[in-house]
Amino acid sequence: MNDPIKIRIQRHADFSEIRILLPHPMETGLSKDEQGRSLPPQFIQTLTVELNGKPLIDAQLNASVARNPLFAFRVRELKPGDRLAVAWVDNTGARRRDETVAS
Amino acid sequence: MIPLRRLLLKGSTTLPLAALLAGGLLQPSRLLAASWNHNAFTARQTDEALKAYGAVQPSPAGPRDITIHAPETAENGGKVDIEVSTTLPGAVSIAVFADKNAYPLCASIDFLPPALPFVKLQAKLLESTRIRAVVRSGDGKFHVAFREIKVTQGGCGA
Repeated sequence: MNDPIKIRIQRHADFSEIRILLPHPMETGLSKDEQGRSLPPQFIQTLTVELNGKPLIDAQLNASVARNPLFAFRVRELKPGDRLAVAWVDNTGARRRDETVAS
Repeated sequence: MIPLRRLLLKGSTTLPLAALLAGGLLQPSRLLAASWNHNAFTARQTDEALKAYGAVQPSPAGPRDITIHAPETAENGGKVDIEVSTTLPGAVSIAVFADKNAYPLCASIDFLPPALPFVKLQAKLLESTRIRAVVRSGDGKFHVAFREIKVTQGGCGA
């Protein structure tokens, strides 16, 4: 929980892909533990990506997004030195923000 | 215009926004991000979720307008790759719905320039279902494309 977000950049001929791994349980609140007790819901509700400090992606998620989900987004071009920041906030108020610089 | 609208909406709180920003207590992204659409995400029927999302009757997309890449059969409903892209002019958002999930709306994504209207995500699917990708184009209209996914083993609690 609250492990760093992994951000990878893949360059293609006519676009760059931003791959994001969010370590998070994405618990729906509908499943039970070994003793049959309901696990409380805990899932990311908002996911944002910023490029050089400006909003690029503004996403809202439900508990039906997979555990430790992988996302990919695309931009036309990323130049060396471009800063990418990824942040999430879950329904319990927990949050995480990580950054990377394109090489 | 959308970020400005959000800023204004968020700005209706009693907290002195400029002071918080100046003090570095809040990241601008937190203020710009729209609040979670509770009604859309907790709707139990797709029609209801579409309505709460703001897309009442999206028009069927043309054959190449919206592309959905997803497996025909998913062995594990706990993690199903779904990729959506669109060639609709000026597309600003993509939302993914799974009709048979307890709560059909899975995710909604807004794209701001220079982002391209493309998303790949991983969803939990409770059972075999029809997926809908809803795209809002630059003229504000909603368009929809469908895809069936067979699920061998359902993702728990999707």
